[in-house]
Order: sequence, then C-alpha cells, then structure tokens
Amino acid sequence: MIEVKNLVKAFKDGPIETRVLKGIDFTAADGEFIAIMGRSGAGKSTLLYQISLLDEPTSGEIRINGKNTRVMSEHEKMLFRLEEFGYVFQDYALLPELTALENVALPLYMQGISRVAADAKARTALERVGLGKRLDNLPSQLSGGEQQRVSISRAIAHTPDVLFADEPTANLDKESSATVMSIFKELHKGGQTIIMVTHEEEFSRFAERIVKLDDGKIVSDAR
Amino acid sequence: MFSLLNIRVGFYLAVRQLRRASLWTTGLIVFVMLLTFLNLVVVTGILVGLIEGINESYRTQYTGDVILSELPTKNYIENTPSVIAFIKTLPQVSMLTERYQSGGTIEANYLTRTSDTEKPNATGAQVIGISPESENAFTGLSSKIIDGSYLEEGDYDQILVGHYLLAKYAFGDQPGLTPLTDVEPGTKVRLTINGSTREVVVKGVIKSKVGLLATSIFMPASELRTLMGRTDQNVAQIAVRLTPGSDSDAFKNLLLRSGIGEKAKVQTFTDSIPNGVADIKTTFAMLGNGFSSIGLVVAAITIFIVIFINAITRRKFIGILKGIGISGQAIEISYIFQSLFYASIGSAIGLLILYGVLVPLVAAHPIDFPFSDGILVAPIDGTAIRIGLLVLTTVIAGYLPSRMIVRKNTLDSILGRN
Repeated sequence: MIEVKNLVKAFKDGPIETRVLKGIDFTAADGEFIAIMGRSGAGKSTLLYQISLLDEPTSGEIRINGKNTRVMSEHEKMLFRLEEFGYVFQDYALLPELTALENVALPLYMQGISRVAADAKARTALERVGLGKRLDNLPSQLSGGEQQRVSISRAIAHTPDVLFADEPTANLDKESSATVMSIFKELHKGGQTIIMVTHEEEFSRFAERIVKLDDGKIVSDAR
Repeated sequence: MFSLLNIRVGFYLAVRQLRRASLWTTGLIVFVMLLTFLNLVVVTGILVGLIEGINESYRTQYTGDVILSELPTKNYIENTPSVIAFIKTLPQVSMLTERYQSGGTIEANYLTRTSDTEKPNATGAQVIGISPESENAFTGLSSKIIDGSYLEEGDYDQILVGHYLLAKYAFGDQPGLTPLTDVEPGTKVRLTINGSTREVVVKGVIKSKVGLLATSIFMPASELRTLMGRTDQNVAQIAVRLTPGSDSDAFKNLLLRSGIGEKAKVQTFTDSIPNGVADIKTTFAMLGNGFSSIGLVVAAITIFIVIFINAITRRKFIGILKGIGISGQAIEISYIFQSLFYASIGSAIGLLILYGVLVPLVAAHPIDFPFSDGILVAPIDGTAIRIGLLVLTTVIAGYLPSRMIVRKNTLDSILGRN
C-alpha cells in the first residue's frame, strides 16, 4: 500500500520557486490499477517520480507498506526500487549494449540471483510478453513496441509489489499500444498493482481507477 | 563498496560495454596505453642503456668480469706466473688474458723534421703489451680493426694504434689529445718507452667506443717487455672472464682470501667503473623517469577524458541503471574494469613488443652513439613496477569521472536535466 499525505514538490530556478505538486493526498491499495491523468504540465509524471522513489519531494509524507520514505537512506531506496518496484518508461530506457535477455536479467543479478536462475526468470518474463524468439536481439534490432515489451519484462521479472509506468504508449503506434495495454490488463488480472501515467483517454479505460490532476492538485479520483 | 555483488555486476556491465563498443575507439585507447607503456619503459631503458652500453663494452673489450692490476706501489703484479697458475685452477674461470703496460710516445715526422723548433708530430699514449691470440680470444680486438690488419704471434716492430691517436680516424678533436697527422697503416713511427726508442710500423688502426682502447697503442708483449727493460714475467694486468652464472663478487672474495690481494688490486668489473659513470647512469635514469612521468600524466588525462565523455554521453543510461536499482558502486566498478582493460591490453601488447621485438632487436643492433653502443635496459622488475603505475593511474583516471556522473541525481540523469 502507498499512502501520500500533503505532498509538495517545488523546483527552484534562482529566486523563483515553481510548485508542481501542491499538497497531494493519495492512497494506492495493493492490486489496484490506477491511471494518473491530466493535461501536460499538470504534475502527473512528477507525482509518479515521487511515489516511485526516483525523486525527493519538497515536503509531505510518502509511506510504502507503512514505512516512511523520508527516513530511508539512499541505499534503502535503491533496494526498494530494485526489489519492490518495477518501472516502464516512455522511451523504454533499455541499455543499448545489452540484449533483450540481458536487459531483463540485469536487475535480477543485482538482487544476488545466480546467472542461470536470473536468465531463466528473464526468459520466462520475455516469453510472457511474446518475445521468446527475440532474446538475443539488441534494442536497436527491435521495434518500438518490442522494446517497450522488453521494458515491461524487465519491470515484472522480479514480481514487484508495484509497477510504475510513465506514458508507456506515448511513443508507440496503435497496435503496439494495444499490445502493451493488454499485457498490463493481464498483469492486473494476476493481482499486480499498477500505477500508470497517461494522457490518452482510450488507454485509461484499462485502469480500474482514474486520478486526474490539474495544476498540481487532484481534481478527481474515480473508480 | 567492493562487495562481491557490486564487482560481479560491474564486471558484467563492463564486459558488455567493451564487447559492443566501437572497435576504432577501443583500438585508439589501447594504442594510447601502448604508447604510454613504451614511453614509460623505453625512454628510461635507452637512457640507462646508453651508459650500460659503455659499461658492457668496457667489460667485454677490456676488463672481463674480474680484473687484477698492479698495486699502487708497484708497476706490476708480483709473482704473476703463480697468480695465473692459481687462477687457472679455479672452475669458475672461462678464460683470461694478461697485459703489460707502460707510458710511451709515438712520433711521426721525425724523419722530415728539419729543425728543433718545428713542432714534432708526436703524441703520448698508453702502450699495452699483449699476446695477440689470447687478447683477441678474450676481447675480440681484431674485430675492432678499421684499417690495416691485426697483430699475429711473432710480429715484431709492428703496432696497432687507437683511432683517437690518428687525425685521419679521430672523431673530432679530443680534449688532451694531439693526434698524429698523416699516419695510417704502413707508416713508420718512432716509439719511445722509458728512454728506449724503436722505429715501428703501424700495422692496423683500432676503433673502439671504449676510450681506453681508442687512445692506446698495442704491441706484442715480448717486444714491449724488452723495451721496458724487463726480464721477468710479471704483467701489469690480468683480465679474467668467468663462466656464465658465476658470481664476480664471490670470485673476487675467493682471490682475496687466497692472498692475491697482497700482490694485486682485485676488482670486479663493476668496481672498476669510475664513480662518474655510475652517477651519469643514475642521472639518466632520473631523467628517463621524469620524461616517463609526463607520459603517465598524459595517459591519465586521456583516460579521464575518454571515460568522462563516455560517462557524460551515457548519463541517461547511468540514471536508468540507478533508477531500476543497480547500485552506483557497481556502475563505478564497471568503469574501473573498463579502464583496467585498456591499461592491461595496452601493457600486454607493449610487453610483447618490448621483449619480443625491441630488446632483442637493440641487443642485436645496438644504437650507434658516438661514445657507446646503446642497448635497451628493461629489467623485468622495473617493467612490472611501471605496469603497476600505469594500471593504477589509469584506474584512478577512469574511476573519478564515472564517480562524478554516478553521483548526479538519478532523475536528472534519466531526464537529461542539469
């Protein structure tokens, strides 16, 4: 469970301070599929970065499974990101010199899993998204949709508590986007918690809950 | 930091980055490392080898491994035959040669000079009496003849002259020497030793980079002994060559323990080298190390720049790695491994070139300096220290920029924000 209380994120540029998040209160229960929506600049990606521990909020409180992230060390946060979270980025964020299998297996090695076991898990994750025959391809040898599916495999291979996705379909064509969303739907069916940022209405319908932001505040939270 | 897991992941990342890096870039960095390695080893090696070449020539062409010479209070080694007989019984001895020695002068224009006021075409020199065969076997003196021919056993009234003593062959003016003009093989000269004068013929000219040989006159020992007015068999020098692997110092101590030290000054080849030469060697080694240090700094800067540019251009990926939970230390270690790879491959190729090509090549064809046959001195232990220095410098130079980039905010790196 993720609990957010009075979350504020401000950016300073010299004397000018811009508040992007203005006191967000939000809770995500286990197993939920939440779509965070809003127009450009509303603060949806910024909110995702704060709750996924990729960034440090200016003030407010984030509790993950009851643990206050303010008191976590950088190392603890890193372990959280490694073991409890999975990330899918808009631009896939794959390492260009690693094959599909290696990209997926790398975080597993970092968890101390043996090469053989990690490779087996990575292979299973890639097969799950239909890339069983593209294991040894480099990202540059894959299409955008395939790269995003590798990215999803990397995010789910270690069966994380929460899967964060930042505009996962923004760079994809309709067909690839539909494939990605159907994978998310399948994952959610299996009990996976998913928090996804999107600005596309048609994909938000895959989520069971839609949180809308405007000007750094939640303006609606509907199931 | 260096947990086994971080090292494992760092190595995994480094191998894949190197494997899929541009061959040209990798080749260029390895080439810089190779040049740095050669600069580190070869510059110092040649500077030291220049002096070592003088020493080696001195050893092979004159002193041998151990040299016995007259005591300061005597003109000869007393009881020479018994000393030689004793030395010959020792198993470490490979060969020896004995020499007589005396100061003398040679004059060339004594027949054409018309008045006493006319400057004589004469010069003073050390006259060395040798057994042509044994001296040649010991020093290869005949191979130093550049004009005329070498002495033979039984030659009489014939001499060999060092090239510095003859204007026609001398390499410029030598301080303190007045070389004879218009003298070459076949020319008659007048040799004066201890007031005894003989007309002799120049049979050959010796050219050697060992100054002592280049400024000496050689003649058969039997004739020099007569000119010196000596009837005994006591020589001024006995040069001894030892069998390979024998210890010169141990052999010297053996001779001293046997009482030979009371009859002759016993020196190893190293003892007989003037202090100044050793000082020059030290100075050259320091100079070489100075030049090498500059090379090392250049290599460090090169690696720093290469890794910095690599890390900067990969900043987004470094951010992603951190974002998905790869530890900063593992990422830093991956850059350390990459630097290590460049330095190791550069050094390995350098070692092959050094010991497979350069050292044997320079040993077979020494560098022709006017005063020395320069060799390349590259002892294994010294080379190992230099490799260690290169690797250490490179690793530090690779680690620092990666640390700078890894330390940046993860999200800023992912989003490319400053």
